[in-house]
Amino acid sequence: MENLEITGSKITSSRFSISKMFKMRRGYITDFLIEKFLFLNGAFAVFVLFGIFSVLFINGVKTFDDVSLKEFLFSAYWNPTGFDRESYGILSMVVSTLMTTIGAMIIAVPLGIGCAVYLAEIAPQRIRDIGKPIVEILAGIPSVVIGFLGIVLTGPIIAKLFHINSGLNGLNGSVLLAVMALPTIISLSEDAITAVPREYKEASMALGANHWITITRVIIPSAFSGIIASIMLGMGRAVGETMTVLMATGNAPAMPHSFLESVRTITATIAIELGEVPYDTTHFYSLFAIGIVLFIFSFAVNLIADIVLRKYQEVER
Amino acid sequence: MKATVKIKETLGYAYIYSAAAIIFIILFVILFDITVKGISVINWEFLFQSPRQGMTKGGIFPCILGTFIVSIITVVFSVPLGIFSAIYLNEYARDTKITRLIRIAIRNLSGVPSIVYGLFGVALFVDIFNFGTSILSAGLTLGLMTLPWTITASEEALKTVPKSYREGSLALGATKWQAIRTNVLPYAIPGIITGTILGLSRAAGETAPILFTGAAFSLPSMPSSLFDQFMALPYHLYIMSTQHHDIEGVRPIAYGTAFVLIALVLLMNLAAIRIRYKYRKKMKGRS
Repeated sequence: MENLEITGSKITSSRFSISKMFKMRRGYITDFLIEKFLFLNGAFAVFVLFGIFSVLFINGVKTFDDVSLKEFLFSAYWNPTGFDRESYGILSMVVSTLMTTIGAMIIAVPLGIGCAVYLAEIAPQRIRDIGKPIVEILAGIPSVVIGFLGIVLTGPIIAKLFHINSGLNGLNGSVLLAVMALPTIISLSEDAITAVPREYKEASMALGANHWITITRVIIPSAFSGIIASIMLGMGRAVGETMTVLMATGNAPAMPHSFLESVRTITATIAIELGEVPYDTTHFYSLFAIGIVLFIFSFAVNLIADIVLRKYQEVER
Repeated sequence: MKATVKIKETLGYAYIYSAAAIIFIILFVILFDITVKGISVINWEFLFQSPRQGMTKGGIFPCILGTFIVSIITVVFSVPLGIFSAIYLNEYARDTKITRLIRIAIRNLSGVPSIVYGLFGVALFVDIFNFGTSILSAGLTLGLMTLPWTITASEEALKTVPKSYREGSLALGATKWQAIRTNVLPYAIPGIITGTILGLSRAAGETAPILFTGAAFSLPSMPSSLFDQFMALPYHLYIMSTQHHDIEGVRPIAYGTAFVLIALVLLMNLAAIRIRYKYRKKMKGRS
């Protein structure tokens, strides 16, 4: 590209008047400035990511003036407004988050992959054309609406099924988070399956395998890393989801012992307490420290998805 | 032996079909429940009046207005930034360390939980920039959250413009920027608009980032400047279904709010899908 521009201006200098040449040069100067301007816009994303991490870190780290890291990570008692003693242990929240997330994955992974295989391999073109937008619409339903349905629809059903007083518990959270994670899993898995080269399928068919064998032995193994990446990203969505769990899991700040007990996740804790807490207190800073935990988790999930995908691309080459 | 294979296969297909059916049913149940119970409270009064009598009567107009205004701030902030970054990444960037760093940052930003954006908004816009809990703080927070989506969507749109368009323009002596402005951007605009609408529809439904950056429980009057608090549809639904003193009594209002919110999001999605469909057809004819 650069070479072309240089030769371009050489030609100009010999054939056109100086004023025209000046004009051209000015064009290139504008171009240069525009490129720098666009670069700054691109680099902005890096600043934001760095900014988010710094803000979380600078505020969060002040928690540990008063609280030991050991207590923060391994104590299950979270009671920052305790009368005798304030306690800042996040273990019960971490367990709650893991519980609802794993529960959600148990529901969403088989459903999501099944649906992705259907859309990519089995559905006729007409249904596929409707199927993609349907998944997109499901992805577009606001989390607060899903949370609301958790209160008015799935919660009561769960309460009735298990004969318990309130359906606002870990199971309810898992079901709803599964709904939130499904679109991510479906659309990314479908992309991975569609990306499997046609030749693989044709070779398998030519060897006498039927469609089912081709799907299970050739297509899914080839798309496996993409499917894993889709699960990781769906999981990231479930971990970071706030409104749904805030509204539909009961939010009791204690260590949960089963899926039928009320749970309170990391995200819900921030959402509940950030509104009431005075600025510049250990309690305020501790919420940022929890934010760091969330941030690191989402970072790790993305990283794993990335590594899996990159490996896959190398194999493909 | 053959029989068990056959059974396995039948079961396998049954599983795949039922998985697809369940997804369809889930979406249907969500839309059906909200529509049936929500549409009955929708009338002019509900859409165009303020809440009355401790939010047990009246409409949700301030929430609709609030969501609308905040969305505008979000768009004004994130769309130009998003488009410019996408142009840089797709048209200028070479495969350097910095480019890779930018891409990693964008991917990670899109994975950052919305509540973390909320924390960031509180610390940066509300506290450090001293915007207070306001429309501006909330809009900027949502803008940051939508930025990675806008960039990704814009880049996808730029990628669909054939290379020959750029080359044709360059061959005629245009500078790189002239080529992009006249021969690339016009063809990418529909795709960019689609992505922007989709991102905006998600931002309009988000609650966690605005919880502490500007959304208010209830306000005596409409906001008059960007530094006022506002009411928003998703936040209103949250309040009406969990925080109100008479939760059972205001259930119809909650359903109505949910219906308006879903209708808004769906309309935006449909518009985006339609634009994309038309545009794809057009591009297919070209390349």
